[in-house]
Amino acid sequence: MLQSIVYGILAVGMVVGAFQAIRAPRLITAALWLAAVSMQLAVVLFLLGAPDVAVIELSVGAGLVTVLFVFAISVAGELTEDLPTIVPRPLAASLILFVIIFLTLFLLPTPTPVPTTAEADFATVMWQQRAVDVWLQIALIFAGVLGMLGLLTEERVPVKKPVQVQPEEPVFEEVADVAAH
Amino acid sequence: MLLPIKIALFAILGLLGVSLYGLLVTRNLIKIVLVLQLLVKTAVLALVVAGKVNGQINLSQSLAATVIVADTVVAVIGLALAVQVQRRCGTLDLQQLASLKG
Repeated sequence: MLQSIVYGILAVGMVVGAFQAIRAPRLITAALWLAAVSMQLAVVLFLLGAPDVAVIELSVGAGLVTVLFVFAISVAGELTEDLPTIVPRPLAASLILFVIIFLTLFLLPTPTPVPTTAEADFATVMWQQRAVDVWLQIALIFAGVLGMLGLLTEERVPVKKPVQVQPEEPVFEEVADVAAH
Repeated sequence: MLLPIKIALFAILGLLGVSLYGLLVTRNLIKIVLVLQLLVKTAVLALVVAGKVNGQINLSQSLAATVIVADTVVAVIGLALAVQVQRRCGTLDLQQLASLKG
C-alpha cells in the first residue's frame, strides 16, 4: 500500500512538473522543471526494478541535459514574452484529451505481469545480445560531438587584402615586330 | 504489483498528453527541444513498464539506455541548431522563422 502511495505521488509529480515546464514563461524555469521530472522518473524506474537505467536517467537526463539547456539559454538569450499560440489552446487541449481518453480505453484491461523467468543479467544483455545497440550508441555520441563542434564554431570572416592594380604591359614591341615582318 | 503498474500506465498517459499538448502550443525552438525531451522520457518509462510486465526487465533496460543516449544527441544537435538560428535570424519564434524569405 505504501509503495502504491509513493508511485502515485511520483506519477502526479511528473505530470505536474511536465505541465509546469510547458507553462513556464521563462526558459530557465522550464529547464529546471524538466530536471525535476527527470529526477522523479529516475526514482520510478528504480522502484520498477530498473536501477541501471535509473542511474543513466538521473545523470544524463537530470544532469547533462539540464546543463546543456542552461548553456543554450545563456547563449541564445532568455525570452520571457508569452506569444500567442499557432493552434488555439482549447482546440489543442480537446484534441489531446480525445486521444488520451481513447488510449485509456485501450489500456484499461491492464496486462497481468508475467512471472520473471530466468533472464540474463543486464551486462550480458547489453554487451552480448544487444551489441549492435552499443555500436550505435558510440556512433551517435561521435555524431553528436561532431555536430556540436560544427554548429557552435563561430563563422570566420576572411580578411580581404587590398587589391594591387598591376600596370598593363606595353604592347608596342609586339606591334613593332609585326610591322617589321 | 498490479496497482503500481496501473499507476505507471496512467503516468505514461498523462505525460504523453502533456507533451503532445506542449508540442502543439509551443513556438519557441528551445522549448520544442525541451518538450521532445519530455516525450522521450515518456517512451523510456513505457519501455521499462513493458519489460516489467513481460518479465524481461533487463532487455527493456538495454533498450531504454540506447533511447536515452539517442535522445541526448538529439538535444545537443537541436540546441546547437537553435543557437545558430538565433545568431543568424535574431529570433527563436517559429512563426517569424516560417515567414522569412530568401
